[in-house]
Amino acid sequence: MAVLRVNPTRMELTSMKRRLVTARRGHKLLKDKRDELVRRFIRLVRENDALRREVEAQLEAALKDFALARAVMEPGALRQALMYPARQAQITVGRRSILSVRVPEYAMDQESLTRVRLPYGMAETSAQLDNAITTMAEVMPRLIELAEVEKTASLLADEIQKTRRRVNALEYVMIPQFEETIRFITMKLEENERGALTRLMKVKEMIKDRAT
Amino acid sequence: MGAVGEEDVILAFRAIGALTLPASTADEVAAALHRFSREGVPVIFITEAAARLAPEAVSRYEQTPDTAVIPIPGIRGSDGYGAQRVRDNVIKAIGADILVHQDRNEG
Repeated sequence: MAVLRVNPTRMELTSMKRRLVTARRGHKLLKDKRDELVRRFIRLVRENDALRREVEAQLEAALKDFALARAVMEPGALRQALMYPARQAQITVGRRSILSVRVPEYAMDQESLTRVRLPYGMAETSAQLDNAITTMAEVMPRLIELAEVEKTASLLADEIQKTRRRVNALEYVMIPQFEETIRFITMKLEENERGALTRLMKVKEMIKDRAT
Repeated sequence: MGAVGEEDVILAFRAIGALTLPASTADEVAAALHRFSREGVPVIFITEAAARLAPEAVSRYEQTPDTAVIPIPGIRGSDGYGAQRVRDNVIKAIGADILVHQDRNEG
């Protein structure tokens, strides 16, 4: 590991030592953060996995219903029936913080959750379509939940990756570099001291020789 | 809430009040995602087939914290794109796939 290019002085030594302490503390904190993130991520991603299977199955069934409803209706009539949705699927987005990772929280408006209204009259549309839309509406809350969990998992994954890089950079680059530099400065200072000492001894000897 | 993808699928989403944009080419998918994202739609559902068409666009809008792009199975069922994405996240975060998949060879 390369030694940082610094002047081997006492001042530099003190500042290096201080930086090393900071780096160590940062490393410890980041490591704790990473571990906790991973713990939460694992729990979340298991949930995500299960939820996705469930929602995919439900949605597939709902879409099949819908396809069936389409089959017994004229395409034009269907399009017309659905032209103006009776309900607005509005999502309100909240924010939550997981270890200062900002993650979204989705909530559907109560109205769009509880009321299933059909956007068309009785004539010209089939009963299958009514059923299909009701099923779709039932899947909706789960879909939103899946969206929230999946987005959170992906944001956490990003953050874990970032944190892990920082931890590794501190552990394998910064901290060894500081240690090496501190050793280098200490050696240099000691060497200077020894040099000075020998010089003094030499001078003393020379003075003694001259006196006799 | 928005939905992007094949007409068959998104019509069902339109029925329950989502904003929908049909898309069957890569350009259409990218344009639809762009439009929803600009309009501030927080959750965009995209069919797996459409997501496969424009992977760059999907991953681009995925990175923004304000937009969630969620793949959903099409009318013929899931082809594993969504599940693969979940696994990719795990590999990115942990470095190994820890989810147990019994039905991995299915489909």
